[in-house]
Amino acid sequence: MTLPSAPAPSRRIPPRPAAMAASPAYGEEKGGSSSLGEPEYGHDPASGGIFSSDYKRHDDLKEMLDSNKDSLKLEAMKRIVAMIARGKNASDLFPAVVKNVACKNIEVKKLVYVYLVRYAEEQQDLALLSISTFQRGLKDPNQLIRASALRVLSSIRVPIIVPIMMLAIKEAASDMSPYVRKTAAHAIPKLYSLDSDQKDQLIEVIEKLLADKTTLVAGSVVMAFEEVCPERIDLIHKNYRKLCNLLIDVEEWGQVVIINMLTRYARTQFLSPNQNESLLEESAEKAFYGSEEEDAKDAKAEAASLAKRKPYVMDPDHRLLLRNTKPLLQSRNAAVVMAVAQLYFHLAPKAEVGVIAKALVRLLRSHSEVQYVVLQNVATMSIKRRGMFEPYLKSFYIRSTDPTQIKILKLEVLTNLANETNISTILREFQTYIRSMDKDFVAATIQAIGRCATNIGKVRDTCLNGLVQLLSNRDELVVAESVVVIKKLLQMQPAQHSEIIKHMAKLTDNIQVPMARASILWLIGEYCEHVPKIAPDVLRKMAKSFTNEEDIVKLQVINLAAKLYLTNSKQSKLLTQYVLNLAKYDQNYDIRDRARFIRQLIVPTEKSGALNKYAKKLFLAQKPAPILESSFKDRDHFQLGSLSHLLNAKAVGYQELPDWPDEAPDPSVRNVEVPEWTKCTSREKRKEKVEKPFYSDSEGESGPTESADSEPESVSEESGSSSSSSSSSSGSEEEEDEDEEEGSGEQSEDKEEEEEKRLKRKEKEGSQKAAPGSAGSPSEEEEEEEGAKKAKKKKAPQGRKGHAETSSEEASASESSSSGSDSGSETEAKQRKAPPSSRAGPKEISLLDLDDFTPPPPQPIPSSSIVSTSLVTDLEGLTLTDTSLAPALLSPAFGAVRTYELLHRMAGEGLSVEYCFSRRPFPGDPHMVAVQIQISNNTDAEVKSLRVSEPKPLSGMRIQEFPEIERLAPGDTASVVMGIDFCDSTQAANFQLCTHTRHFYVSIQPPVGELMAPVFMSENEFKKEQGKLTGMSEITEKVTLPEKCRSDHAIVQQVTSAANVGRVPCGADNEYRFAAKTVTSGSLVLITLERREGAAAQLTVNSEKMVIGTMLVKDIVQALAQ
Amino acid sequence: MIHSLFLINASGDIFLEKHWKSVVSRSVCDYFFEAQERASEAENVPPVIPTPHHYLLSVYRHKIFFVAVIQSEVPPLFVIEFLHRVVDTFQDYFGSTNVGDQLPTGQLSVVPWRRTGVKYTNNEAYFDVIEEIDAIIDKSGSTITAEIQGVIDACVKLTGMPDLTLSFMNPRLLDDVSFHPCVRFKRWESERILSFIPPDGNFRLLSYHVSAQNLVAIPVYVKHNISFRDSSSLGRFEITVGPKQTMGKTVEGVMVTSQMPKGVLNMTLTPSQGTHIFDPVTKLLSWDVGKINPQKLPSLKGSMTLQAGTSKPDENPTINLQFKIQQLAISGLKVNRLDMYGEKYKPFKGIKYMTKAGKFQVRT
Repeated sequence: MTLPSAPAPSRRIPPRPAAMAASPAYGEEKGGSSSLGEPEYGHDPASGGIFSSDYKRHDDLKEMLDSNKDSLKLEAMKRIVAMIARGKNASDLFPAVVKNVACKNIEVKKLVYVYLVRYAEEQQDLALLSISTFQRGLKDPNQLIRASALRVLSSIRVPIIVPIMMLAIKEAASDMSPYVRKTAAHAIPKLYSLDSDQKDQLIEVIEKLLADKTTLVAGSVVMAFEEVCPERIDLIHKNYRKLCNLLIDVEEWGQVVIINMLTRYARTQFLSPNQNESLLEESAEKAFYGSEEEDAKDAKAEAASLAKRKPYVMDPDHRLLLRNTKPLLQSRNAAVVMAVAQLYFHLAPKAEVGVIAKALVRLLRSHSEVQYVVLQNVATMSIKRRGMFEPYLKSFYIRSTDPTQIKILKLEVLTNLANETNISTILREFQTYIRSMDKDFVAATIQAIGRCATNIGKVRDTCLNGLVQLLSNRDELVVAESVVVIKKLLQMQPAQHSEIIKHMAKLTDNIQVPMARASILWLIGEYCEHVPKIAPDVLRKMAKSFTNEEDIVKLQVINLAAKLYLTNSKQSKLLTQYVLNLAKYDQNYDIRDRARFIRQLIVPTEKSGALNKYAKKLFLAQKPAPILESSFKDRDHFQLGSLSHLLNAKAVGYQELPDWPDEAPDPSVRNVEVPEWTKCTSREKRKEKVEKPFYSDSEGESGPTESADSEPESVSEESGSSSSSSSSSSGSEEEEDEDEEEGSGEQSEDKEEEEEKRLKRKEKEGSQKAAPGSAGSPSEEEEEEEGAKKAKKKKAPQGRKGHAETSSEEASASESSSSGSDSGSETEAKQRKAPPSSRAGPKEISLLDLDDFTPPPPQPIPSSSIVSTSLVTDLEGLTLTDTSLAPALLSPAFGAVRTYELLHRMAGEGLSVEYCFSRRPFPGDPHMVAVQIQISNNTDAEVKSLRVSEPKPLSGMRIQEFPEIERLAPGDTASVVMGIDFCDSTQAANFQLCTHTRHFYVSIQPPVGELMAPVFMSENEFKKEQGKLTGMSEITEKVTLPEKCRSDHAIVQQVTSAANVGRVPCGADNEYRFAAKTVTSGSLVLITLERREGAAAQLTVNSEKMVIGTMLVKDIVQALAQ
Repeated sequence: MIHSLFLINASGDIFLEKHWKSVVSRSVCDYFFEAQERASEAENVPPVIPTPHHYLLSVYRHKIFFVAVIQSEVPPLFVIEFLHRVVDTFQDYFGSTNVGDQLPTGQLSVVPWRRTGVKYTNNEAYFDVIEEIDAIIDKSGSTITAEIQGVIDACVKLTGMPDLTLSFMNPRLLDDVSFHPCVRFKRWESERILSFIPPDGNFRLLSYHVSAQNLVAIPVYVKHNISFRDSSSLGRFEITVGPKQTMGKTVEGVMVTSQMPKGVLNMTLTPSQGTHIFDPVTKLLSWDVGKINPQKLPSLKGSMTLQAGTSKPDENPTINLQFKIQQLAISGLKVNRLDMYGEKYKPFKGIKYMTKAGKFQVRT
């Protein structure tokens, strides 16, 4: 089984279009080779007349295959493969074809392979002749030949060669070429399907390949895992983080497979993020995602900070998965987007699931088949999480040109999304739909209206009236559907609607659709007491036409008769008898049975026993109103995006999505040993980090922080894979021999190195030239390839050496940057110095204005211009990550975010309110401090319309209130975010917190450390700014550091917890620097902590806001003393 | 995964088959034909059809069904997306003149989407910003929903391994984007800059969506008066198309199509410009308008012959509109600059804007 990749089929295409172009090509071919008859019809029994000439015809082909000319062989093979493609039998040519398996011409060879794969199963003995060729191919120096030999060997389904295949797979799994290893992974499921006894051995190979660190192999081996041993979750543990980190660089199809597998994995290993349904999380996250520049690190910080307050802590590995899959929502591949969407749906905290809606809605622009599948999934999701799709309501509006099946699915989604606020818009849309020419769609719309009416009481009467109007529609199908739906609606409150029932009674004269007639009759029978005059008359008419009715109508006529007999026997006794007599002789035995049964039940005779007494109870019992609900309800017990979900039935090979465990399994199983090479500059720190239950080093390095660091420098030099830094740092210690890795490691910081790289790349290009070319280019010669391979071999050691050097360099660079971002290191400074030096460059380079088509002015592009003009914004982004990272990485031991009380539950009469400073930018206004407020309702009544009112801010202070909380159930907790512009003062913001009954006066007083937001600056900039802020603006204080607060780690943590500041790199060992800007005025606040001997230290704060400076010093000193 | 693939043409012949595992008899397609019959129209054939032993997943393109046979659980979109890629590849391969250029060859390349050793004498890079307006306009002319969907299609013929960055004047307009795999996502996240090593030749760099929250300028309006009179067997039909918010650009390539109700037997119409056809069998009216001249608005007037004896149809036809506006991206999106790194030569660069009607419907 091949894991499809887009190029695969095309490689099988013979180079001449005619060979593939089906029927038209056939004519062409015939014309082109007139001397040769019609091979294609050779084995068509219908063409018996030319049967004999056929054999001659095949003799021709055989002759061509036997000839010495490759061109003739190629021509013959093309025709044979064309026959196969058209489904004609070409098996008798097997001996002639198989001889050519050793042919030197690679084109012929490829086609022979195609033939072999098709017929080897049927001609096992002959197929064995070809095996030795493949075995030879497996040893070929050219990786492409090795791979293709393995591919064919594993594709010919001949059980006798199972041991050979097993051996070949094992060998290929340790091949030095990742491409061959990938092919080995592909071969595993094929062998498994041929002989499942090999499972244990195959699992060993899978285990080995799972440990592979290349993106090329990852997708394929997970596919093999899924096919062979999906239950062996334990094999994933050690590779989990690696897979998460590689994911973005894996090819699209592999991404789908990995994401689906990891969804299942996560369900077995982590706890449900929604186990204690906290509104707090929800609203906080919402505000967070609302902001433009979001960063996944923030979410981690959030998770960590929540950890303090709540029993649930998201496993960092769980977060890692969510974070690393999210960018893939932007994939162009619908399957990838769907895979991420289902992952989020099944794994993400409720509040975060919303991000997938936009991407799914985007897919609705795609081909109709894609729409079909996506809409099915949206339909299921929209039942569980209606709010998610509500903003996109209009995207589900129906166009007259949509195919009916799409229309009906959109209708389903619209119905699921309907609520009290949007129902009027939706009904207006429905009105348009009812006038559509597509009657199936109209019928579905009527049912949808029925569902809206049952679900939303407010509009029930409106809907019912609308449907009643439809009863006079000219189209019978419309009327019939309306009747059926009205019947269901009326069952909910029959008493008020006798008018409608009367109206419907009249319809029996005209309407012919059996289902509708039956519905009307049932309705009249059921509610005959509401229409005492009409009911017997209807029965009279029906008795007249009884013999001509459809069976379902007849049954209902009997039903009506019986009910009338019980309620109004005076008027209907004779009619009932008449009807029952007619039914007695009906052709249909169901109807005869029913008549007999009912007669015994309602007409008292001597024989009819005890049941007679209960007849009325039996027939006129209260019947529960039918529940109109979506057919997509509860479909999410199937993994979304799966075939089983789509069919709503378990498909063969479907792996159940497990329920979350109650207790989290041991997370340490995912820990990986730290590789040797990390022993670089900051060995101790690294160790410390590993001991903490945080991400493995590889994870830390590939996180957004790190790449934000490295990208500005590596803009032009970075290879194609966008997060190559992750693969280079995590994999470079042993992957030097691989093309993949060679390219990805190219990050350079200065020109010289860049130059060096360029040279090297040229070299590499040369060596690779042959390899990719032969994958698809038909003209490639085997010899040529071999030559190239040899050339490469010669070059390899040299190239490898060079690369090894740089890779270790890179490793140290990236490593230090990552360690810098969590605990600080000296090397960071070195790195950060780089940007300013090259910043001047790009501004002068005016490239072309793209608005016109004139050729660009002949200006050289200096190679130093690799730093983008928007470096500043880039760096700002970096700052963001820094801050959010700080609490996350430092939190476990100390409170990440301090919580303050706003309203005590006693004072608040059961309502308790707490707040904290989330340290996120407040969306919508950068001058406001975001205050996260958590409101718990400890009363036993619902608290309604919670809101802020009458803020009484001091002059200049502004308050952005949180959106009103409509209701808060007893025991529930809600969290909201409000923004306050404190005007850089620690004055309290006063306002009232109102419920529907009470007002509470409250105030929020910010600690001075929360009035600022971190900024990034380099050491030089820091010094420069510090130089400007001396004298009055500088406040110095001596500090004595207590015992436990002497490590770098502890100091940084204490300072960052006291104030929302960002770390600034520092060259000196004994100094710590931090920088921030006040939120309102943007004044710089610079903090320097210089350690002296022993416990002594000196704290300096530079800020033009002297009050802030003074208070900050006090707060930091206090924090450090703790 | 995919066991077998069958290609079925419009007349129901299986003209091509391919098997990746054991051969699945083509009789499995009978289930497909059954479903096709039930669906009456090709576009309504369910893309996933369960059969006793297999699942048939199909896509319909170029009047050909591509039917994949599946035996076990697989994400349906995986197969469907893959089939569409197959069709795209076929289209590239058979459809274009420079066969061979299009074939992906980068399996082993560092940059899998780009072949190595690309050489051109004229190095050029063209980008087309194409925006489509999807809209539903109601009877009274007010917009029910309008969205802009855009793409940037590129034709890049550059020697070597160029590394391009493309930046926008107003990247914030882009509400939702999806990228060619060559685009570095993190760079976009942090700087809103498209940074990529382009594939060779034609490719779609980016698809984007401009949020529905932004007001979408609707460049044309349609005035219509379509009435079926109950008493007579004649109906009146009159439509006029005019420019609305076109930013001073000409609206061209205007085409109006409308599916008339079954009761309409024939139409006698006179266009003020362009040509029109009414097909009495399919009841499809199409009017090729051409350019809109704001001084003299194009109109199509006349009468409809309705089936005698039957009452008037209750539905009014929907009018579908196509049009093009050159040199305009209706969202206001503008490319700021395109820079190339990694290679020494100076490429020729060009960018073109165009606005088109997507699914543009006017309800009457």
